[in-house]
Amino acid sequence: MNAQLQPTGSAYFIARDLQQPESHTLSVIVDNEPGVLARVIGLFSGRGYNIESLTVSETEHQSHLSRITIVTRGTAHVLDQIRHQLERIVPVHRVVDLSVRATELGQERPLERELALVKVVGTGENRVEALRLAEAFRASVIDANTEHFIFEITGKVSKIEQFITIMRPLGLIEICRTGVAAMNRGPEGM
Amino acid sequence: MESMSNATSGTREMSGAEMVVQALKDNGVEHIFGYPGGAVLPIYDELFQQEEVQHILVRHEQGAGHAAEGYARSTGRAGVMLVTSGPGATNAVTPLQDALMDSIPLVCISGQVPTTLIGSDAFQEADTVGITRPCTKHNWLVRDVNELAAILHEAFHIATTGRPGPVLVDIPKDVQFARGIYTPPQPAPRTSYQPKLEGDLEAIRQAVALMATAKRPVIYSGGGVINAGPQASALLRELVELTGFPITSTLMGLGAYPASGPAWLGMLGMHGSYEANMVMHDCDVMLCVGARFDDRITGRLNAFSPHSKKIHIDIDPSSINKTVRADVGIIGDCGRVLDEMVSLWRETVTADHAALRPWWSQIEQWRARDSFAFRPNRDVIMPQYAIQRLYEMSKGRKTFITTEVGQHQMWAAQHYGFEEPNRWMTSGGLGTMGYGLPAALGVQIAHPDALVIDIAGDASVQMTMQEMSTAVQYEAPIKIFILNNQYMGMVRQWQQLLHGNRLSHSYTEAMPDFVKLAEAYGGHGIRCDKPDELDDAINEMIAVKKPVLFDCRVANLANCFPMIPSGKAHNEMLLPDEATDEVVATAIDAKGKMLV
Repeated sequence: MNAQLQPTGSAYFIARDLQQPESHTLSVIVDNEPGVLARVIGLFSGRGYNIESLTVSETEHQSHLSRITIVTRGTAHVLDQIRHQLERIVPVHRVVDLSVRATELGQERPLERELALVKVVGTGENRVEALRLAEAFRASVIDANTEHFIFEITGKVSKIEQFITIMRPLGLIEICRTGVAAMNRGPEGM
Repeated sequence: MESMSNATSGTREMSGAEMVVQALKDNGVEHIFGYPGGAVLPIYDELFQQEEVQHILVRHEQGAGHAAEGYARSTGRAGVMLVTSGPGATNAVTPLQDALMDSIPLVCISGQVPTTLIGSDAFQEADTVGITRPCTKHNWLVRDVNELAAILHEAFHIATTGRPGPVLVDIPKDVQFARGIYTPPQPAPRTSYQPKLEGDLEAIRQAVALMATAKRPVIYSGGGVINAGPQASALLRELVELTGFPITSTLMGLGAYPASGPAWLGMLGMHGSYEANMVMHDCDVMLCVGARFDDRITGRLNAFSPHSKKIHIDIDPSSINKTVRADVGIIGDCGRVLDEMVSLWRETVTADHAALRPWWSQIEQWRARDSFAFRPNRDVIMPQYAIQRLYEMSKGRKTFITTEVGQHQMWAAQHYGFEEPNRWMTSGGLGTMGYGLPAALGVQIAHPDALVIDIAGDASVQMTMQEMSTAVQYEAPIKIFILNNQYMGMVRQWQQLLHGNRLSHSYTEAMPDFVKLAEAYGGHGIRCDKPDELDDAINEMIAVKKPVLFDCRVANLANCFPMIPSGKAHNEMLLPDEATDEVVATAIDAKGKMLV
């Protein structure tokens, strides 16, 4: 699965993965106990995996279960390892690669949504333009005075990226994003 | 509080410190290795007031950890260490990581500053669960005394089941003093931790079918077979017998199949035998049982066993397809899977050992290269000769061997014949210099009447030498057999291979007098530098009922062969008779010198 990059003077090999890296979204169900997020994040940093986005919150209060959504990037082989390594963590109940599951279900990708708060400061024409564009993006105004707006926008990551790019020259001064929440389409639960 | 005790359920009120000792008893612990300090004093006070659990006082917490590892590996039970907060816990990190990499069940109990002081940079405070998170299978900080008992029981359960490993329970001092309800071990572990023990039958069927068609098969076994218990080793031997397959093993797996067995090829890998590595390279079906395709085993990955179908049995799903793609992956306990495999083979396969004859005759040709051979010397003790003599003089006894890390470790693996599992304790994955002496101590505590020998190097042994004092205190007659060449031999060997023979800091100019050192500790010292005096000296070492430092002066510049030079494949081994200075100096090309 790996190709030798060059002969090495070592028992360690610099191997190049010939597979193309892809972005996948993983859902991880964990016991909501102290340190569990550190275990998950430590695994990614310790083994050199990428995290593009991370979202976590308790989803089952009765049973103290949290759902962690991780967008990561790697080759199929690395993604498989990530899943297995996550499953080794004691408080981890389940790991589902939503991207793989989507493919199995005949869908292009899982549903992925993000929420962002965007603060735009300005007066005059820029301010009018910002409000007009926000309406076009179906962003709502959740705070405002005569000099600023705070917009709340939800949607696909690409939509939020686009909104931020457009707002930047119009006086954008602060952004907060939640990271991706994701789920597979269809009637089956995870 | 006697009135609250409930004999049937074992549930009663007690202090946190009492719970620790009670939980040790309830989990069958007889010995623990530790070192006291401010944050564990309540637990030490409880230990003082009972006699069921014996505490072995080490001289450094690292020693406690390796002793507990040796104890665990030689008994198949969990090893237990007890340390204080801060430096006590940080000194435990090396053995924890060592146990993680070699899958050794190790339970570490550490004291912590009181919960009210956590985060205040208190005296001897360290973020112990933070520091040990990546070097444990799981760890806990106990904030409520009523959770302590359940956590301790869970710690033992997690350390000893599935793929075994180290765990740590960090107990703040106020929790040790607090009173709460003790609960006995429960058979209901948490739902998220359910190791899969039974292998998938369909996969086992596929594996057996594949094995039945093999013309050039090999079994490659590892430490997982040892961890699965003596029954797994017995089943492995049965499978070898049934199939007529040759078998090799990793460093960690030595003893699962006897070195005297007819199908034994010797250890494989970087310093493994020529025949084992050639068999791995040329085989058509490989059965990997409880091993993990470590980089020291595979050599260059893209040249690793290029023509074989690979069957991989492992209890850890992440081991399968991690570095080498398995054609048939079987997740489960080695013992249970081997059991199914043996039954299935008996039911469905008519073994045709004759079909393997060409393969065996090829193996005989490789064997004839005698790759562990060395040039004997009448004036100087060759290190390989020293191991061979040690083996001859100790083989009839109940002998346990531990090692440090380096050339002596490889020579021990090559030249000492292991006949039984759990008799060989070595730091494989982490390669911890200083492992062997305290590990020997732990083995001796578990097996007071056995002959326990640490085959050591002069550099490694000085890293944990202080545990000689512990051995003397507990009358543990461990034998430290030091192959003294005054070099960090393996470091020097690599400097010769990779760095133009510039021996940067690999020579020890000031060596202690090991004989006097032994005597200073209250042990027994022996020095030997003549091949013809070696047998007598070894006999003396075995006969002495005291800890022994044996200063075996060996040829200073001997190197460890055969060897797969860096970046080479299994069939490109450097054999001892070919390893002239010039060949060694050019064995590795210029491009490869940036890596270890």
